[in-house]
Amino acid sequence: MAILADKNTKLIVQGITGREGRFHTKQMIEYGTNVVGGVTPGKGGEWVEGKPVFDTVKQAVEVTGANASIIFVPGPFAADAMFEAIDSGLDLVVCISDPVPLWDELKVFNYLKTNNKKTRLIGPNCPGLLTPGQAKIGIIPGMVGKPGNVGVVSKSGTLTYEVVYALSNAGLGQSTCVGIGGDPVPGTNFVEVLQMFEDDPQTEKVVLIGEIGGRAEIDAAEFIKKHMTKPVAAFIAGASAPPGTRMGHAGAIIEGGEGTAAQKAEALKAAGVRVADNPEQIPNLLK
Amino acid sequence: MNLHEHQAKALFGQAGIPVPSGKVATTVDEAYASAQEIGLPVVIKAQVLTGGRGKAGGVKVAKTLEDVKTHAGNILGMSIKGLTVHKVLVDPASNIAQEIYLAVAMDRAAGRPVLISSSEGGVEIEQVAHDKPEAIIREHIDPLLGLHDYQTRSVASAINLPREHWRAFSEIALKLYQCYVENDAMLTEINPLVVTKEGVVMALDGKMVIDDNSLYRHKEIAAMRDLTAEDESETQARQAGIAYVKLNGQIGCMVNGAGLAMTTMDMVKLYGGEGIGPANFLDIGGGAQADKVVAALRIILSDENVKAVLINIFGGITRADEVARGMIQAYNEVKPTVPIVIRLVGTNAEEGRKIIEEANIPQLLTAATLTEAAQKAVEAAKGAK
Repeated sequence: MAILADKNTKLIVQGITGREGRFHTKQMIEYGTNVVGGVTPGKGGEWVEGKPVFDTVKQAVEVTGANASIIFVPGPFAADAMFEAIDSGLDLVVCISDPVPLWDELKVFNYLKTNNKKTRLIGPNCPGLLTPGQAKIGIIPGMVGKPGNVGVVSKSGTLTYEVVYALSNAGLGQSTCVGIGGDPVPGTNFVEVLQMFEDDPQTEKVVLIGEIGGRAEIDAAEFIKKHMTKPVAAFIAGASAPPGTRMGHAGAIIEGGEGTAAQKAEALKAAGVRVADNPEQIPNLLK
Repeated sequence: MNLHEHQAKALFGQAGIPVPSGKVATTVDEAYASAQEIGLPVVIKAQVLTGGRGKAGGVKVAKTLEDVKTHAGNILGMSIKGLTVHKVLVDPASNIAQEIYLAVAMDRAAGRPVLISSSEGGVEIEQVAHDKPEAIIREHIDPLLGLHDYQTRSVASAINLPREHWRAFSEIALKLYQCYVENDAMLTEINPLVVTKEGVVMALDGKMVIDDNSLYRHKEIAAMRDLTAEDESETQARQAGIAYVKLNGQIGCMVNGAGLAMTTMDMVKLYGGEGIGPANFLDIGGGAQADKVVAALRIILSDENVKAVLINIFGGITRADEVARGMIQAYNEVKPTVPIVIRLVGTNAEEGRKIIEEANIPQLLTAATLTEAAQKAVEAAKGAK
């Protein structure tokens, strides 16, 4: 099982001829991901890593039967790439691009919601997904994960790798690791991924990695309290961050006293979540 | 990126929102000349990127030209929450009959912009939210359709604005939203929006926060950045493509990835106890190439409070042994005098640690876990005191 992606996912790479796209296409294929082609406008007919390049997503889908795409185009062009993928009817779109203007994200987000589009968007500004042993759709280093029953959802990149690696070293494999990204309005939020893990028979335990800013972790806590039967452990980054200053991620900012690590940790604890004050404790909290 | 009041009001004015015809002054003489031109009484307002200017004595009414000299003299050079006032705005004073709060902000949870208004203008909105939450009216906006006229009317009605001002209020709300959209803002705020005794509705104050991710398509706004309001090291970091925020602690941090960078700071604080904390947030981004490490190390060490440096790098696609070689190269170029704790994790971390240990540089310490690294850095900082 696992969620969102597995060995049957047929993936195309938008921006496959760019430096990042080319590099990560190779990495994904080496991991075993079923990459069936790529898209770069004006470069249709070329080949990258033995995969055909198309001018449009629609052509790529028609020829390859792809059901998912990953976007590596530069931030200014990311919204257009997301719209193209959504309008081509893909089930899953993972957008790695960063930075993407917030306004562009808002338009894509609201387009998906108000038109009841079936596409599941992950990102932008995210590391993507890893279903260990089956598929890697993104930039998470394959070596960090191993197959198992822990679901991981996170706003972060390297912090996620760190936690997943620690889990693997402690003998705790993962069902799927999902990086939803650290932007203020992500395509998919914590609650949606938690619901998927709750419904996934393979997943037995869940790790949530949040950070300061916004209230996604508070919403997650409310969801966990009401709807989750599986145990959850969490870490919230930014306990030492000053208010009013953006800490790298566009969404990581404490505004008007709201969105502190302490508030989030407290809400999660009240929902029965085991909250670590040091991410290296997480494997122990799951044992 | 935050804009100054005078910058925000200039953009409001361009969008057609009535604003006072003020002038910016950097010296007492300029303020004096502006006041003469505008006509008394005037309000002298400190232009600093923080709230609470009034309480700090940064906003004064001048009824005479002598007052202008006194107040401008006091305010220019004044420090408000650690920020020096380099400019004042000289605005004509208004006869205020009513003060309203009006803003377009980003509702992250809803994934939509929201028009926020309150009859309780002129005080900080957080205060109103705390004391009188029912006085705050919110109207969500569909970004694909824009703000509807009727929404502005229902807000005007909900804040009990007299009907004769609804038309003016609606126009201002629509233009404020237009200003929000066209400038890629995350916040456009008028506090207070006033109704004058003459019956004019206008924006007496202005605040704008622009989405940093969109500055590439707003060169004119990017050029408005006030470099005097930030640390020189922050300016250097931005130019080097490094995310850096200066803090007040003693342990400089260099990390790849924003989440891991925050976590590394948290660990320094957790194990540092009283008196020892992180000196900065720093994300060098992916790869950790030698030239970026050199730039980052220079920026960290430009802070005189730094007594030790903690480098925490997750080697994923970039292997940790490559990172270690980059570190040695950076060390040889920068020649730091403070102890540096390096923690490498991920692909080839063992080889990476070995490279650093074999370089045999007494100042370079290695650690296997983040906990150990934070503890070692704290010890090193304490020893250096």
